[in-house]
Amino acid sequence: MAENRHEKLGLTDDQVLEMYRIMLTARKVDERMWLLNRAGKIPFVISCQGQEAAQVGAAFALDRDKDYVLPYYRDMGVVIAFGMTVKELMLSGFAKAEDPNSGSRQMPGHFGQKKNRIVTGSSPVTTQVPHAVGIALAGKMEKKDFVSLVTFGEGSSNQGDFHEGANFAGVHKLPVIFMVENNKYAISIPVERQLACEKVSDRAIGYGMPGYTVDGNDPLEVFEVVKQAAERGRNGEGPTLIEAVSYRLTAHSSDDDDRTYREKEEVDEARKKDSIITFGNYLRSLDILTEDIEKQMNKEITDLVNEATDYAENAPYADPESALKYVYEE
Amino acid sequence: MPVISYIQAVTQALREEMQRDEKVFVLGEDVGKRGGVFRATDGLYDEFGSDRVLDTPLAESAIAGVGIGAAMYGMRPVAEMQFADFIMPAVNQIISEAAKIRYRSNNDWSCPITIRAPYGGGVHGALYHSQSVEAVFANQPGLKIVMPSTPYDVKGLLKAAVRDPDPVLFFEHKRAYRLIKGEVPEEDYTLPIGKADVKREGSDITVITYGLAVHFALQAADKLAEEGIDTHILDLRTVYPLDREAIIEAASKTGKVLLVSEDNKEGGIISEVSAIISENCLFDLDAPVQRLAGPDVPAMPYSPTMEKYFMINPDKVEKAMRELAEF
Repeated sequence: MAENRHEKLGLTDDQVLEMYRIMLTARKVDERMWLLNRAGKIPFVISCQGQEAAQVGAAFALDRDKDYVLPYYRDMGVVIAFGMTVKELMLSGFAKAEDPNSGSRQMPGHFGQKKNRIVTGSSPVTTQVPHAVGIALAGKMEKKDFVSLVTFGEGSSNQGDFHEGANFAGVHKLPVIFMVENNKYAISIPVERQLACEKVSDRAIGYGMPGYTVDGNDPLEVFEVVKQAAERGRNGEGPTLIEAVSYRLTAHSSDDDDRTYREKEEVDEARKKDSIITFGNYLRSLDILTEDIEKQMNKEITDLVNEATDYAENAPYADPESALKYVYEE
Repeated sequence: MPVISYIQAVTQALREEMQRDEKVFVLGEDVGKRGGVFRATDGLYDEFGSDRVLDTPLAESAIAGVGIGAAMYGMRPVAEMQFADFIMPAVNQIISEAAKIRYRSNNDWSCPITIRAPYGGGVHGALYHSQSVEAVFANQPGLKIVMPSTPYDVKGLLKAAVRDPDPVLFFEHKRAYRLIKGEVPEEDYTLPIGKADVKREGSDITVITYGLAVHFALQAADKLAEEGIDTHILDLRTVYPLDREAIIEAASKTGKVLLVSEDNKEGGIISEVSAIISENCLFDLDAPVQRLAGPDVPAMPYSPTMEKYFMINPDKVEKAMRELAEF
């Protein structure tokens, strides 16, 4: 039997089961989208696979009733944890009018939902980093105690907006959590061709903030460090840089072929550390994820994905002329 | 009515908006203690404190991007770019983000930010302290671009920009800052963004322009009036989106149109104005539409001879107006 690690972090058995459920939901939605893409039913997928633990661990460490998240395109785990439904994700996948992210103006993975404080994002990477700083600045000016979590890939940590945003937050001691989901690849470019330093978190010192590198396959490790970062932020101690290291288990997107730049053996090796397996095993060994619960959970998620797929597939597209709406306030 | 300078109108508008609404704040380089390198935010730091008149690190993309984040939250940030020339590192934030936030979120989010920047030449500013950058942003639906010519317009339009629910680029002619003075009411008022303004009624020729060139045209019109040439002058005020109706009306009124801009000639604001006129006014025109603008070189040189050669001035405008009148 494994050592119970979540209790010490203040997490109940129900909470860790819920974490697992959301991780598994994200995985199953993602897998379904690939099937739909290969079947020619949806034009595009960009995956969360391999990063669910970091995403859900981080989201659970926040106050999901008041904190803001600025996710990047892989963060299905973050947005589900913050309240986006499977049906809504599928509506985005099928590019249907009801998609709450953008009314299907944007590709899937471009999340945004104001009621859940999921801040709208774009495709040019890292532009969301200064936005997270601005939201935190607004919170500080308004004397609120929320924090903002902004996530991005290790490749994005080379962009000027990362540097400018992190420096701004450091100077003004703003409650921002910068979380790099280091999945080792920026499309085809491996991390050693992206960074001259060993770890992304090494960059934190340049911004006067602490930097931590944690196992992104372990939701509890990510939870712990994000929780501490959120407390620092709420206490007025400023921002934190967190690097959650995992692996991108799929190609970059449905339009990429990763066999052209990495070995299958490397991917197979990474799959052994897949959090869906390892965290599942942790919960099984503690008898939290019992056979019955797992069976039930699998069924519920599969039903949810099936229903969402059917609904989204049959939902109407936006009226063509609606492309003219909302350039400015109407 | 008090007479104040163009830059005093900027400061007055900012002060009144900050007094009116606690969500309005200013951010940029040197805007705080120093009061801005041109002194546009003079006195605001003492009145509103360092949180609402925020000196930022020297990083334009962050000035825009942090402002955009705060605007999405619900604040009313007024970001200052120290010179319009230095807005380039923030172009991604302005075009990919601010301009598209409402559209891409299907009206879920919005971005009510104002970005102010001094532009324009004739101040020995050379290539990188003289540029007119409006054309870079003037085919980006989602943005509004305001370029006022008078202190009265500055105050009314800057207040309107701060209150506007969408992103507004507010370009102030830096040579107008202290050169141009005018009557400005002390009370609160706004002017509509998107509406051009007739600065002089006339019946022989029409000049359509914006910014400092409005004053060049007004001076030239006074001289030409002595020769019996009566000039109609339309000040665009908002250069994007353009006030099509006002342009068509002004062009049709005299049938002889001169378009004036300090920017490079090709692909500028006046090119679009010309297209609107050609689409709508063919049968009202009595002469080909004329354009007077800067030469198509990268930017304004430092040397006084070359700077003068690049810049439009009242004499150049007068000459172009007379030629058109005589056509």
